[in-house]
Amino acid sequence: MPRMTFPFGPQHPVLPEAIQLKLTVEDERVVEVLPAIGYMHRGIEKAAEKNPYLNNVFLCERICGICSFIHGMAYCQTIEEIMKVEVPPRAEYLRVIWSELSRLHSHLLWLGLLADSFGFESLFMQCWRVREIVLDVLEMTTGQRVIQSTCVIGGVRRDIDAEQAARMREMLKTLKPQIDAVIPVFKHDYTIKSRTVGRGVLPKDQAWKLGAVGPTLRGSGGAWDARMTGYAAYDELGFEPMVETDGDSYARTLVRVRETYQAYELVLKALDRLPEGETKVKVKGFPNGEAAIRVEQPRGELFYYALGDGTSHLERLKVRTPTFVNIPALLTMLPGCEIADVPVIVLSIDPCMSCTER
Amino acid sequence: MGLISKARVKSPWIVHYCCSSCNGCDIEILACLTPYYDVERFGILNIGNPKHADLLVVTGPANRRGSRVLKNLYEQMPDPKLVMAVGACAATGGVFHNCYNILGGVDQAIPVDVYVPGCAARPEAIIDGVVLALDKLSKIK
Repeated sequence: MPRMTFPFGPQHPVLPEAIQLKLTVEDERVVEVLPAIGYMHRGIEKAAEKNPYLNNVFLCERICGICSFIHGMAYCQTIEEIMKVEVPPRAEYLRVIWSELSRLHSHLLWLGLLADSFGFESLFMQCWRVREIVLDVLEMTTGQRVIQSTCVIGGVRRDIDAEQAARMREMLKTLKPQIDAVIPVFKHDYTIKSRTVGRGVLPKDQAWKLGAVGPTLRGSGGAWDARMTGYAAYDELGFEPMVETDGDSYARTLVRVRETYQAYELVLKALDRLPEGETKVKVKGFPNGEAAIRVEQPRGELFYYALGDGTSHLERLKVRTPTFVNIPALLTMLPGCEIADVPVIVLSIDPCMSCTER
Repeated sequence: MGLISKARVKSPWIVHYCCSSCNGCDIEILACLTPYYDVERFGILNIGNPKHADLLVVTGPANRRGSRVLKNLYEQMPDPKLVMAVGACAATGGVFHNCYNILGGVDQAIPVDVYVPGCAARPEAIIDGVVLALDKLSKIK
């Protein structure tokens, strides 16, 4: 049969967002993939130069709605680095709590979407039911379900008091058995194994060479996680990256499964050790200088660069998001697979197009 | 009121398109469909095919490339059809109003029937919006 090219996306039932992959196929087998991005481009980096630097926190949080807290935190850390602001320890711990809660809800969301991508509807529903408890915790502590807007330059805007912390522990206690009930399905179920084991293999040397980050890299055996650099309070809490060695979609799933538990433990650990004190310091003046920051998003390493010239507006803001660097890795996973496996493999890197295209 | 127009209100099918939104509203729309809020009990079903859909749910502002896809989707839907714009940026451009690639709200590309406010819109507000859309749908003979 001659080669055929057909589009996957931009509007596709499996993907909540718009990305197009032009698949060249021979029979049912994919031989070549060409991505077309730009359907969701807004121009946030340019808009960040038009807004006063304090307002950019809200704009950066809306680069991605799933890990919005981590985007806001990365921007704040960059500006704090330029302006040499010392963030109080309590604020550092609160930042860890909220970013790990974001990771928890993002991973549960992704596990559900993975199940949905091969038609395992009931598991999709169960994962999202469990995720609602995390969102309730976020809503109780920050006031919003998905876009928290609690991070500001110099600390955080809200505090978790003793009463809230007690209520939070109670809610997290009910969460644990529910995660325990859902997760074994991902580890042992025949359907999931038959659709993910050995599909979309990315060898370790390829992963390093293509610059893959996050669970995509760790699923291939690369032990790197930006949290190892010890930003916020991660150096005090102790941190080990979760690594699997097989490099297929199943390994990437297992990495996220283990990170779900890790995020849960980190939230409780940070809550136990929460130091007393201020949550915010007052920031005066304008950023003058440049700084680059790396933090770990649920999808991988996030990079922020800012250049200030001593005025209220930034000269330049550059964001490099994890999905953008994972797309080349995706392009080496796809050739050779069946058409039916394309949605599962695309989802296995956890693509976030609104991050990528900004 | 004929049989078809009566049945249409009982089970509106929605097609969802993310037109350069930040994902916050998208995951809230999906949260509506899952057990906690469960709009499927009202017969509301999320499907991928615009040719089967009665209601187009759009999140995010209209941008240059995305609005072409959006118009294409809208034209493929059979009449009668309704459009629901979810979120502050789908209504006016919101926080992205001064981005160079943004045309404005979704109404710059296609006619909108229901606006759902919020950044991100809460699932309760989205369900409220669907009910308003059904009210409008029931008046179409």
